[in-house]
Amino acid sequence: MSHHTIDLTNILYTYPDGTTALRNLSLHIGHGEAIAIVGSNGSGKTTLLSHLNGVLFPTTGTVNIGGYPVVQGTLTHIRRTVGMVFQNPDDQLFMPTVYDDVAFGPLNLGYPPLEVEKRVISALKTVGAYALKDRPPYRLSGGQKRAVAIATVLAMDPAILVMDEPTAALDPLARRQLITLLHTFSHTKIIATHDLDMVLDLCKRTIVLHNGSILADGPTLEIFRDRDILEQAGLEQPFSMQSCPICSKI
Amino acid sequence: MIKLESTWLNLRTIDDLATQKTFIHSLNSCTKLITTLVFVVLVTSFSKYEVTSLLPLLFYPVALMSLGNLPYKPIVKRLLLIAPFIVFIGLFNPVFDQRPIAKLGSFLITGGWLSFLSITIKLLLTVTSALILVATTGMNSICTALSQIGVPKPIVIQILFMYRYLHVLLEEFLKTNQAYNLRSFKTAGIHYKAWGSLLGQLLLRTMDRAQRIYQAMLCRGFDGKVPLLSAARWTKKDHLYLLFCLSFFLLCRFINIPQALGTLLTGGFQ
Repeated sequence: MSHHTIDLTNILYTYPDGTTALRNLSLHIGHGEAIAIVGSNGSGKTTLLSHLNGVLFPTTGTVNIGGYPVVQGTLTHIRRTVGMVFQNPDDQLFMPTVYDDVAFGPLNLGYPPLEVEKRVISALKTVGAYALKDRPPYRLSGGQKRAVAIATVLAMDPAILVMDEPTAALDPLARRQLITLLHTFSHTKIIATHDLDMVLDLCKRTIVLHNGSILADGPTLEIFRDRDILEQAGLEQPFSMQSCPICSKI
Repeated sequence: MIKLESTWLNLRTIDDLATQKTFIHSLNSCTKLITTLVFVVLVTSFSKYEVTSLLPLLFYPVALMSLGNLPYKPIVKRLLLIAPFIVFIGLFNPVFDQRPIAKLGSFLITGGWLSFLSITIKLLLTVTSALILVATTGMNSICTALSQIGVPKPIVIQILFMYRYLHVLLEEFLKTNQAYNLRSFKTAGIHYKAWGSLLGQLLLRTMDRAQRIYQAMLCRGFDGKVPLLSAARWTKKDHLYLLFCLSFFLLCRFINIPQALGTLLTGGFQ
């Protein structure tokens, strides 16, 4: 895996309807980091993620991934480098069977059939969904869909894994399994989420977004201890850091 | 609401039957698609007063259902579902076409009644064969076969995607409908004034979803081509099946078998 850094410089993004979602945002993410992007609803998390693989282009400012600027001409390379797991797995799983879906990316990248098969099997085994390979995606449970959605991205062997609300709508067991799985990845991970307890488990660094700009950026524990910042960003300390409601001990 | 949902579940049941392992299921999907297409074209090619020579063709769906281990119930149920359409298509034939064609004892059979009966049998045959095709092949394999016999890929992909997202969209509609019902106390069903905004909402949400799916596809290197599954190869079995079916169809088309049998029995050949 080559060294992929992410650099965002003075990003401003305005949606066609005139809403400014990102304001003057600059950011550097090093190779192999696990980063959480937290913030209230509408703080610009998803918009920020969409800039990382050219789903959206900044109105002003530049995005640089591993030395390549994200522009129309570099999209193939960028999208091979940055794997994006969408918030709703139903949007991501569009092929008739799980196998076809995971094979979609590698086939588009032009890998030979044998290599595609190898990648699909290995990606499905990594997320523990190999047994589901012939099932149609609409027959899967929420947790299974999420696992397969991650496999579709892993099969393309990205260096950077970007996830939008990966634990949303998962039951506690499926959530735990997902966290355990994410622990095993050595990729650079960027996770936008409201699940601050997961952030504590997974990410050393946290970026707090508020109204489209960075309110705080630093070690996760430090940020979560600062109640003022959390309150300002419309967040709350993770449950594991709050005192016990029964015995009032932390 | 429950009725709509259960109808939907039934639709998937037909597709589920395709996972069985019988002789018919093991045939190449192209073989089955071609046979079904030929069958449908052939059935519709009979003249509008033809009834008796259509009857031997009933053997085809019955044989397939038995060989493919298909339960009769879901297929008959679906036929009943389209029965009103059949009736409506042929409803006015007996009224407008009063030309006498045959006499059965003292009962006069008019051309209208004959064509009505003919339409009914034709629709039964074609719809059943299409249902059997889905139940023995499955939508995905049918789509692969469609692209193999030269149907343009964009159309095949449209069908695949429609089938994939029909479920998601229907679920969305059912949820919207439920939300509406829970907050509308006076009327049963959806008030005509609310239909516009409900359907509008659904359309907007569908467009949003389409946009998100497109983005998800772009993120995985989509460049206008959707790689479809490679189809299974043709075997001797397929050739024999195709040959047998096509000869049977042609036989039924050009020889009126019931009439020939009748002539044979009444000594017509002597």
